[in-house]
Amino acid sequence: MDYISRRDLLKRAGAASAVAAVPAVLTEAAQAPAAPPPRTEPLETLSAPEAEMLEAIAARLIPTDANGPGAREARAAHYIDRALGGALAGSREAYRSGLAGLDAHARATKGRGFAQLSEADQDQLLAALEQNAVPGFAAPGSAVFFNLVLNHTLQGTFGDPYYGGNHGFVGWDLVGYPGVRLAVTPDEQRLGQRPRQLHMSAYDYSMFSGRRPARADATPEEDTAPHGARHGD
Amino acid sequence: MATELPRTNVVVVGLGAAGGVAVLPLTQAGLDVVGLEAGAWLAPADFSPDELRNNYRGWPQSVQKANREVPTHRPTASAPASPRPAIHPMMNAVGGTTLHYWAQSWRLHPWDFKVVSETRRRYGAARIPKGYTVEDWPFGYDELEPYYDKVEVEIGVSGQAGNIRGTIDKRGNVFEGPRARAYPMPPLRGTGFTDMMAGAARSLGWNPFPGPAAVNSGRYQNRAGCVYHGFCARGGCHVSAKGSTAVTTIPKAQRTKHLTVVTEAHVTTVAVNAQGRATGVNYLKGGTEYFQPADLVLVAGYVYENVRLLLLSTSPAFPKGLSNNHGQVGRHYFSHNQQSTVSALFPRDLNAWYGLPAQGVAVDEWADDNFDHGGLDFIGGGNLWVYSDRRPIAAAGMSTFGRAPRWGSQWKAFVKANADRWNTAYLQKTTLPHEENYLDLDPVVKDPLGFAVCRITADYKDNERKVATFIQDKMVEWFKAAGAIATEKTGMGTMGPTTHAYGGTRMGDNPETNVVNRWGLSHEVPNLGVLGASVMGTSGSRNPTLTAQALAWRTADYVAKNWKTVAG
Repeated sequence: MDYISRRDLLKRAGAASAVAAVPAVLTEAAQAPAAPPPRTEPLETLSAPEAEMLEAIAARLIPTDANGPGAREARAAHYIDRALGGALAGSREAYRSGLAGLDAHARATKGRGFAQLSEADQDQLLAALEQNAVPGFAAPGSAVFFNLVLNHTLQGTFGDPYYGGNHGFVGWDLVGYPGVRLAVTPDEQRLGQRPRQLHMSAYDYSMFSGRRPARADATPEEDTAPHGARHGD
Repeated sequence: MATELPRTNVVVVGLGAAGGVAVLPLTQAGLDVVGLEAGAWLAPADFSPDELRNNYRGWPQSVQKANREVPTHRPTASAPASPRPAIHPMMNAVGGTTLHYWAQSWRLHPWDFKVVSETRRRYGAARIPKGYTVEDWPFGYDELEPYYDKVEVEIGVSGQAGNIRGTIDKRGNVFEGPRARAYPMPPLRGTGFTDMMAGAARSLGWNPFPGPAAVNSGRYQNRAGCVYHGFCARGGCHVSAKGSTAVTTIPKAQRTKHLTVVTEAHVTTVAVNAQGRATGVNYLKGGTEYFQPADLVLVAGYVYENVRLLLLSTSPAFPKGLSNNHGQVGRHYFSHNQQSTVSALFPRDLNAWYGLPAQGVAVDEWADDNFDHGGLDFIGGGNLWVYSDRRPIAAAGMSTFGRAPRWGSQWKAFVKANADRWNTAYLQKTTLPHEENYLDLDPVVKDPLGFAVCRITADYKDNERKVATFIQDKMVEWFKAAGAIATEKTGMGTMGPTTHAYGGTRMGDNPETNVVNRWGLSHEVPNLGVLGASVMGTSGSRNPTLTAQALAWRTADYVAKNWKTVAG
């Protein structure tokens, strides 16, 4: 039912339950959330307070918990910081005003900046942001900014590590993506099979390493349409 | 002042799906052809397996013309404008969107050519839904069959025939029109998941079959077979297994020595003389303006670009736009209802991380007029399609089926367990042209050169809504038969910019209601032709590309055989 190799071992040993919609919590992974890793790359676009706050938001959207690393370990905020100077430059102003608006609301209602709040208070404010309940955002409301950050956090956690997120492939391991392959066998598409987990960026393959996309390439803002809206071709 | 180039027989505007096919029969007949393409050549090394770049960032490695000309949209003439997407559904390069399309290569059903007369015959004239401007095509399926066949062989289509000259084979689509022969290649292989879905369809008494794809199932014409690596949806093929015109018909036409490919050529207008004949096209390349004179002009952009180019090409002979003295350019526009999908959650991993959208299983029992509509209040139907294709960002963005919030620890637990346990069906449903739906030029929004972009005024109407409801229920039934523990229907949305656009320069015998004649040549400008889905008057329940390509070949074939008449 799950993906990382130690879970395979558990499954073979009969320790994991059969099919279920929501997984049992792994006992050996039940540990205290890790301290934030030291930032290894300098900021490219955001200010230090903006980056601190964005990391705090991303860490609540995809938390570090009993199910393993989250957006913090994936360095999703680093992905966003870098992309805001290039492909996502069109969203730079939305981040500036959105982070400021949320922080002001945190100070007004909780007496402290967002990054300094408890996780419970942060979750409460993010739920308000999601439900258009944080004041000061242009119509139709604060949910637009929430959805923007959520989509970019997913990209930064589950996208190719080349772009600065999904550090250590923690996002791909979380959802059980077996990795980028240049060819796939019939057996690797059968039910009950589990292709060997590969930790390779597309640009680790020599065929593509010479054609890396420019990091600062000014391309259009990507479509952040919700699930299903871009289906079909 | 534009630099005037040497005259050519034919200038083709756009070397994508349609133009890229037409150049082959033209050059094989010995005509000199100049192909003007806004994009550039791309190589296999440009097609990295990169979900962010392919699916979220609008192909930054290609020329960005299309992304600067995204059409605007409003559902009706009195509605406010919809949010404008930043990324055009199509892209620019030699080969056009055949580089990154899904490559599903269906023929239309014979009914799709005769919607009006067949509906009248079977159910009565009152069953043509009100407000729709649908007409029968000027010819039937049999007329197009030889051209479908030629294209299937040239670009390489894999599939399982269901009807060869009337002999039915239940391994294929038993409802399809008769084919002259089998596909040039066997179908793409099945997967554990698609085999499971096929079994469920059989348990319902339906006839599942593998769909046709312009993707090699084995080595074909010196190109490799598919490697099923999972980056085909909006991704180029790094082994050239996808039969893009960039690796099939265009290089073959170049080998005749009669094709000149001009890349990064941005065509601005088609020129006409005082007698109303086309004289050539104006284009920009590298900041220089050129005029390419030609005996025949073939406009072969995407639907929005074809309509826009004609409307921008005003002249004393055509003050409302080229070939628009009957006011039909932009009319009878419609786009496929590909939304209104169904997603399903399964109680086991589907191992669907790899594959491609064309590697799937179809059910056609509820498409077109394959079932009795006597007791129903709509016409047409939908093709049901499920396939193996999943990438990690999209997987993490899955619906939680009401079982978890959208973020936080509960969400994380949910996607960790279920990222490989869901599927969304692809349901293509009959859409018909309607009197309230059309394309024109946006009065406000311009491209960076200052030319108006195309404006879409269109929404789904009553027949589309009823088809969607009916088809979604059938899909829920199929998923449940396969063991789904939850299903979820998505909304229909509206008719914004899409990969399945049709009409705007419709083909038909009546010049009062159609822009081009049965050969794809303008009723008003005898040496102007239009290629692409903009000439199609119905959509059927399946992807448009192969039909657009067969029509392009047919127009080119007619031009070559009647050159003296056409070129004047």
